[in-house]
Order: sequence, then C-alpha cells, then structure tokens
Amino acid sequence: MIQVSGLRKLYGDTVALDGVDLHVREGEIYGVLGESGAGKSTLLRCVNLLERPTAGTVTVAGQELTALTERELNRARRRIGMIHQHFALLSSRTVAGNVAFPLEVMGVPRAERRRRVAELLDLVGLGGRGGDHPHQLSGGQKQRVGIARALAGDPAVLLSDEATSALDPATTHSILDLLKRLNAELGLTILLITHEMDVVKSVCDSVAIMADGRVRESGRIADLIRTPGSRLTRDIFPLPEPAPPGSVTLTFTGDPQRPVVSETVRKFDVEISILGGSIEELAGGSVGRLRVAVTGDTEPALAYLRERGLIVEVAP
Amino acid sequence: MTWDEMAPLLVEATWQTAQMVGWSTLFTVLLGLPLGVALVVFDRGGLLPLPAVKTVLGVVVNVGRSLPFIVLMIAIIPFTRLVVGTTIGTAAVVVPLTVGAVPFFARLVETALREVGADVVQAAQAMGAGRTTIVGKVLLPEAFPGLVAGLTVTVVALIGYSAMAGTVGGGGLGDLAVRYGYQRFETLIMIVTVVVLIVIVQLVQSLGDVVARRLSHK
Repeated sequence: MIQVSGLRKLYGDTVALDGVDLHVREGEIYGVLGESGAGKSTLLRCVNLLERPTAGTVTVAGQELTALTERELNRARRRIGMIHQHFALLSSRTVAGNVAFPLEVMGVPRAERRRRVAELLDLVGLGGRGGDHPHQLSGGQKQRVGIARALAGDPAVLLSDEATSALDPATTHSILDLLKRLNAELGLTILLITHEMDVVKSVCDSVAIMADGRVRESGRIADLIRTPGSRLTRDIFPLPEPAPPGSVTLTFTGDPQRPVVSETVRKFDVEISILGGSIEELAGGSVGRLRVAVTGDTEPALAYLRERGLIVEVAP
Repeated sequence: MTWDEMAPLLVEATWQTAQMVGWSTLFTVLLGLPLGVALVVFDRGGLLPLPAVKTVLGVVVNVGRSLPFIVLMIAIIPFTRLVVGTTIGTAAVVVPLTVGAVPFFARLVETALREVGADVVQAAQAMGAGRTTIVGKVLLPEAFPGLVAGLTVTVVALIGYSAMAGTVGGGGLGDLAVRYGYQRFETLIMIVTVVVLIVIVQLVQSLGDVVARRLSHK
C-alpha cells in the first residue's frame, strides 16, 4: 500500500534520511519507532510529500507521488489522511467546521457535507459535539476530531505523526483503541511514527526501528520476535543487557501456559534457574522471554527446547 | 467663544475627521491586506516562495514607513492631484492618509498571519488544499482576531495623521484645534477638541478589543 524506496533527504549538509526503504502492506498497522532526531518524522512527511525527498520514490496506493505534478499531488493527498501530535485544528472553526474542511477542499456539496460530518463525528465518538470549538475539548477529544477530519476523504491510508505523544496514558490508550478499531472495521492501512515502545506493542503488526536516518530493523513483529538477536525483542523485554556469559535466553510465542521448562528438567539431567523474564501482550498475541542459567547436560536439553519451537540464544 | 458658536464647528470638524478616516481606512484595507498577505506568501518557506519579490515589497513598505506623515503628504502632492484632481480639501487628504497607512497596516497583517501555526498550514496542505484555499480558509480566518486588532491600531494612527490634514485644507478636528485653539488663543476649543479626540480613540480601541475578543476561540 505504501512503498518507499531509496529515500534520502538532506537539509544542507545534514542527512535526515539516508536511504530508507519501507513497505507497508494493505490493511496493516505499521509503526516507525525511533528516538527524536532519528528521522522518523521526516520520513512520515516525505510519504505525503510535505517534504520533498532529495532522492528516492514514494508510492501510495499504486500511485507514484514523487512523479506527480502539484495539482495531481493535491488530488492524491485527499486520499491520504494525516493526524498530528498537536492536533493542528483550526481554532476559528467549530468541531464540525474542522471535519468539514477537507470536504470543502474536495468540493463536496453542503448537504452532503453536513451528513458526512455527522457520520464521522459519530464514528469517533463525538456525536453531538459538532457545535463546540476546539478549545472547549480535552486533548483526547481534539485528537478524535483530528481523526474524523483525516477520515473525511475516505482515505486508503492514515499517517499518524506522534498522535498520542501529547496525551496522558489513559487517553493514549483510548485513541490507540480507536485506531485499532478503524483499522479492523474500515480496513484502513495506518503508518504511525512514535518514540513509545508501548504504542508499537499494543497496536502494530509491523515495525521499522530507525536511528540516524536509517532503518535498522524492519518487518512483522511476529517474525522479528522469532529472529535471534533482534533489536526489537531486546527493546521490548526488560532483561539486563548484555546477558551474563553462559546464560541462556529463551523466547517463546503462543501459549505461555505450556510447561516447557519443567518438562525439560524432568527429561534431561539439568538444573534450570531463572534469572529474569516477562511475558508481553503484543498485538499479535503473547510473547514470553526468559533468561535462565542451565547447568548439567545442557546440549540435548537446549536442542529439545529448540525442537519445541522456542528461540534459544546462548550468551558467549 | 460660546458653546453655541462652538457646537457647529465641532460637529463639522468631527464629520470631516470621520470622513477622512473612514475612506482612508477602507482603501488601506483594500490595499494593505493583499500586500500583507504577499509579504507572507512570497517569503522564504512561504506558500509560494519568491524571495526577490518579497524583498522588493519589503523595501517599498519600509520606505513608506520611514517617511513622517507630514513630509509624505507634501511629497506626494503630484500623485494626489493625479488621483483626485485636486490637492486641497477632505478628498485630497484621503490619498496621503491611505499611502501612509497601507505599509503600516501591511506589516501588522504580516505579523498577524505569521502567528498562525505552521502545523495548521501543513495540515491543510496534507489534505490537498491549494494555495488560494489555504490563504482564504486557513490563514485569514485563523488570523482574523489579530487582523482586527491591527486594523484598530491603524484606525487610531489614521485619526492621528488626519489631524495634520489642515495643512492641505482638509479640515477636521486637528485643524480646528490648530486654527481656533492655537492661532486664536481659544483655550476652551483646544481642550474640547482634545477631549473629543480622546473619546473617539477610546471608542475605536474598545470596539476593536471587543470584536477581537469575540472572534478569538483560543
């Protein structure tokens, strides 16, 4: 749905993006995770060409945006919704007026506009607040208006620029739930950037980790979790790094109730002591990670664990 | 001089001032608003960056702003004659008043428009809005309270400038104060004129403040 290839962006001598490739599949929620200054915001703004990339191509819904004229680009942008960290609502307009703005831009007639605005406000849970001004709303409500506005053009893609970073944890949660619901109900493809791992954990199907203008790691979260040495796995689970020499780190997906560790101890002549571990609920299911020390006849025991589908990493 | 003698003079002078300020305000908005918009839109990083044009406009505005009004009024007499066919009277004063106030108002418009958040403009761009739409539906409405405040300051300045209109026979309250109050030593008429001017300025400012506050939804 979104294909970014070889994207470079320079500001003078400063390299903001240094050859970024990104592939967002239709209907998925894709998170770009990174610290501030990593280039994720520039990347997002290159996707709808608010920033012109220095080099590289951007294709959204089969249309190569980087090849369009300004007029064509404006037309294409109407099918790409965007929500902003600080909401970017027009203070001179009411809530309904804000949601109507993109419809006015598209030339939708007044009666149709009114109907659509009511529909959109209901969808985001703000039915009946259309006459209020943005300053009368809480942060979470403002972002709901932002989302309703972004959906007005019936977009194929929604871009989210740190949409929850200015919100408190409970509100963040409700906004993320709303995004998840829109993703499920409307089949909306969402590309979001965030510096919060919690956002990635709770809603994303795929993730790209960025640092210094490059993507360090990307793919489906479920796949990355199963990849030994993955940064994402290390970042998600709060185990001390580096692992103590000789210790074993086990990553298991699926049913965490399965007593694999005790089975192993019964079957083989080993002692297993737990050094640390946790279970995380990810969008794709629960994943556990356990740091253990194994003593005794270790090799067959570890082979058995691998056989049972666990990812076994032995610290050198 | 008695009140009965003074009253018709005051009424006439106030009416002349109102006419001068009214007409020049109208023309100042018609010319200064587009100029202020141009200063923002053509700037580096603006909606249509044309830095050369913006520089030229900026210089013109600064030249206009650096001339004292009384000098400007005399310096542009040939231009005034060209526009209204005469260089004396109330109509002839509207030309220098407008020329003097346009650069002033344009700068205030520029400042008000710059107050509009870059994120709001970008949000509109992300929605596929063109430049005209952004100016008409985002920049101007969002800056409206600031524009009203700027207009209020401009009107007050115009009332001040118009006091010099007597120099070219424009009449008005300033002229009354100079001719009767100063040259004929009618202290009372001087005081009354000053009071009337203060009241007018207060009214204009209060009205501007109320309107700006009513329009602001921040």
